[in-house]
Amino acid sequence: MTAGLGELVLSLGMAVAAGLVGCFAVMRRMTLASDAISHVALPGIGIALLLGVQPLLGGIVMLLLGTLLIWAVETKTRIPTESVIGVVFSAALAVGALFTQGESLVEALFGKPGALGVAEMAFGVAGSIGVAIFIVSQRHRLVIALVSRDLARTSGIDVSRLSLLYLLTFSVTVALGLRYLGVLLMGSLIIIPAAAAKHLAANLNSMLAIAVTIAIFSTLSGTSLAHALHRETGPFIIAIAAGVFFVSLLKRGG
Amino acid sequence: MSNALDVRHLTISFGGVALVDDLSFTVAEGDSLAIIGPTGSGKTVLFRALIGALPYRGEIRWAAGAKVGYIPQKLDIERDLPITGNDFLLAKARVGRASRDEIRRALDLVNLTEDTTRKPVGTLSGGQFQRLLLAFALLGEPSVLLFDEPTAGIDEPGEERLYDRIDRLKQERHLTLLLISHELSLVYRYATQVLCLGRGRSYIGPPADVLTPQKLEELYGSPMKYHVHE
Repeated sequence: MTAGLGELVLSLGMAVAAGLVGCFAVMRRMTLASDAISHVALPGIGIALLLGVQPLLGGIVMLLLGTLLIWAVETKTRIPTESVIGVVFSAALAVGALFTQGESLVEALFGKPGALGVAEMAFGVAGSIGVAIFIVSQRHRLVIALVSRDLARTSGIDVSRLSLLYLLTFSVTVALGLRYLGVLLMGSLIIIPAAAAKHLAANLNSMLAIAVTIAIFSTLSGTSLAHALHRETGPFIIAIAAGVFFVSLLKRGG
Repeated sequence: MSNALDVRHLTISFGGVALVDDLSFTVAEGDSLAIIGPTGSGKTVLFRALIGALPYRGEIRWAAGAKVGYIPQKLDIERDLPITGNDFLLAKARVGRASRDEIRRALDLVNLTEDTTRKPVGTLSGGQFQRLLLAFALLGEPSVLLFDEPTAGIDEPGEERLYDRIDRLKQERHLTLLLISHELSLVYRYATQVLCLGRGRSYIGPPADVLTPQKLEELYGSPMKYHVHE
């Protein structure tokens, strides 16, 4: 019962964080980037497994480093972010696959529920709460910055600092999903609910609410379906979210 | 009267080419400075340097405590972004600690209805969007307004109304105004100083001194027609 409760709390936290963070990822047009960022966790997981430390820790460290790299390229250089992401993050996936093998590679790529350690539980709870607080409290700044960086500047917003904090929040969100969705699928739980919400919402707050609702719905229904059929949870969660997205397309046309 | 803005030896370059070269001028508090010049003379670039969005050499000094409201010429906004005019204004109000009352007053001033502000910003017409940007700039009680092409995307009767509105606002709130414009006749009527940015040399002065047919021809490279309102 306790294990089940822990799992429920963690997956709800992951879904809420993914829904909220995803809205700004979609509106900032960093859909592809966000998918690629999550791949960078793989070599971290591989190295952690080799060293015999907690895989999540390795994933988080690599995600933070990857985030800093993207931020530095975005704000300090004129190299197109897209090319850097294309090269560095695909390479990360390749290198990560060299370090991680067999069963653990599949687990890292697609996620696997299992016994939760105290540290993982604590990170999951603190991480989701932190992400939710950041997005909800900073949504006004994020909106102005995504409409126009110049207007953000004249409104007294430190645009580059805000951008760094958002990317860090993004990478924490990816880390929250490593357990249940893995490196390959977590990016999708961030993007898909938000992309559907963008079609359905009439304003900012409703977009945030709809994205969170779709993320929670997909996570809960995907998890129970996977349990019932004795299959991995990740693919079900994402397949359901994608289904909701296609239904939202119908609404937009009508 | 003290200066709202002091610019000295300002140079702004892109890839080794100076778009603004060794420019110096001052703007007194309460002045209306119109910036004119041919396309590519660096007007918008100058504004963006003034708000700190571009690197530059030289000195830009705003008066202590100056609060700048910036109205860009145009923004590329996705049509189906679910951000309404209300979301946008509320965001500025929250960041700048302005009240909802202030939002209502700003909307009144720019003549936007609540119906319009409930629509996504990407679906507004050019004129509506520009008035929304003006309302955005007015929140938080700015002391200076930087207005890039106030009448771009607005029909002619709308142009004069907008200038009238800006002028009234300026009197009421003792604003300092910097505006980029192509409407020389309106510049003549409303500006107290005119800064002419040319590729060769730049000069500043009252409209009557600066907006002479001869000087304009020098600046634009061809005769300019404009009508002086009495």
